[in-house]
Amino acid sequence: MYSEQFRYTKEHEWVRMDGDIGTIGITDHAQQELGDIVYVDLPKVGTKITQGATAGSVESVKAVSDIYAPVSGEVTEINPILTDAPEKLNQDPHGEAWLMKVKLSAPSEVAKLLSAAEYQKYIEAEK
Amino acid sequence: MAAASSLRATPLNSIHRALGAKLVDFGGWEMPVQYSGIIEEHQTVRRAVGLFDVSHMGEIEIRGAEAGQLTDFVATNHARKLKIGQAHYSGLLYSHGGFVDDILVHKVAEDHYFLCVNASNQEKDFDHIRELNRFEAQVELSSERYVQLAIQGPKGPAVLQKLTSVDLSSIRYYWFADGTVAGTPARIAHTGYTGEDGFEIYIAPEEAERIWNEVLAAGAEFGIKPCGLGARNTLRLEAGMALYGHEIDASISPLEAGLDWIVKFDKGDFVGRDALVRLRASGVKRQLLGFEMCGRGIARDGYEVYVDRVAAGWVTSGSPSPTLNKNIGLCYLPVDRAAAGVAIQIMIRNQPVDAVTVETPFYKRAK
Repeated sequence: MYSEQFRYTKEHEWVRMDGDIGTIGITDHAQQELGDIVYVDLPKVGTKITQGATAGSVESVKAVSDIYAPVSGEVTEINPILTDAPEKLNQDPHGEAWLMKVKLSAPSEVAKLLSAAEYQKYIEAEK
Repeated sequence: MAAASSLRATPLNSIHRALGAKLVDFGGWEMPVQYSGIIEEHQTVRRAVGLFDVSHMGEIEIRGAEAGQLTDFVATNHARKLKIGQAHYSGLLYSHGGFVDDILVHKVAEDHYFLCVNASNQEKDFDHIRELNRFEAQVELSSERYVQLAIQGPKGPAVLQKLTSVDLSSIRYYWFADGTVAGTPARIAHTGYTGEDGFEIYIAPEEAERIWNEVLAAGAEFGIKPCGLGARNTLRLEAGMALYGHEIDASISPLEAGLDWIVKFDKGDFVGRDALVRLRASGVKRQLLGFEMCGRGIARDGYEVYVDRVAAGWVTSGSPSPTLNKNIGLCYLPVDRAAAGVAIQIMIRNQPVDAVTVETPFYKRAK
């Protein structure tokens, strides 16, 4: 479930690096906890986001929940499918339903994030 | 997260776990918020039938020669006017006119009234009624003796009919009958909190698991699904029904909440009457209205409502409506703006988002 190619946060985001571009999403655990996702609010392309700060929100039927930036940088792309099909986040949160791509301003931040094994252990302990 | 041991659980808690429900703290009770998903459960109730464990709800029984007098003194609707076997929606008020709770009153006998009250209010309600009891009546908090199941949806009556010899078609809406369900004594009430047809049954806790499974088995041919409190909330919101702690609380009177119809001024004295008479004479300052979002975004409880760029009210409940495919909600607005078709803005995380007031209920089932 949790790919070794990704790094994770305790706030349940993931990032996958490709050169200096990071693709950001929320984890399968997060989508399960949220339930039916009906709305995704993402920053505009060009927005600078900061590791640990709010970078949008995800709403389920029940509640709204912040997205925290797993890394700092400038948003280069947002996933267009989520505007009309936010439910994709429930179906494929680690694939098709990525949230945004970011050009990292501080690539060393990635090393501070959790590995797949560490994240898995973290959510097991949370249960 | 591990369930804190302080949470109360219904006798069906282990069934919910086995069904893979997501359990949450609901006013001190560990309750299923969803099984398969809120939207799917919601649609199942609108189109077929859903089964809800609502055993967290409390029961209070008033008995005695003056049971009717006490009920009429503490509750706003006219309980003594009920026929035996009839139920109605009512309010328990403080003397200042705000809600202690909203309740269902069932008249079991001339000397026996059965009240269904909100889970987290039950002890408060019980103390409130007891303190006001200067009648020849006994008040009992009997929640421990009942499990309440709601079988809701257009196929609800057909499912339950398979399990009872009581002719359900003879029980009119907001009437009830005492009989058996799958062989166990049950109070079978033609009531609900979904805006859909269906029944609510009250049974002994010892029989809860068996009856739950019997209802699911009987409903299989109709596509029955267990449903959680998440769907219960979206269903009641579409039906424009109040939820204590949201649309109503100690600071809100029935006149503001659009619940004038449960207040019977002509029945004699009752707690809160004087305050409501004064309020009626001076006129209410705010009223509960429905709204639909026009811009993108979902209004949530507590968000501010602006009219003409001025903060004017607040959202009491807000959610996506799975039936209408719109984002809807209820809010309080100043009475001079309390009409359908008024342009309003909801402050969603510091951004004003356009909405418009509409008539409620948002959803009405075809009869």
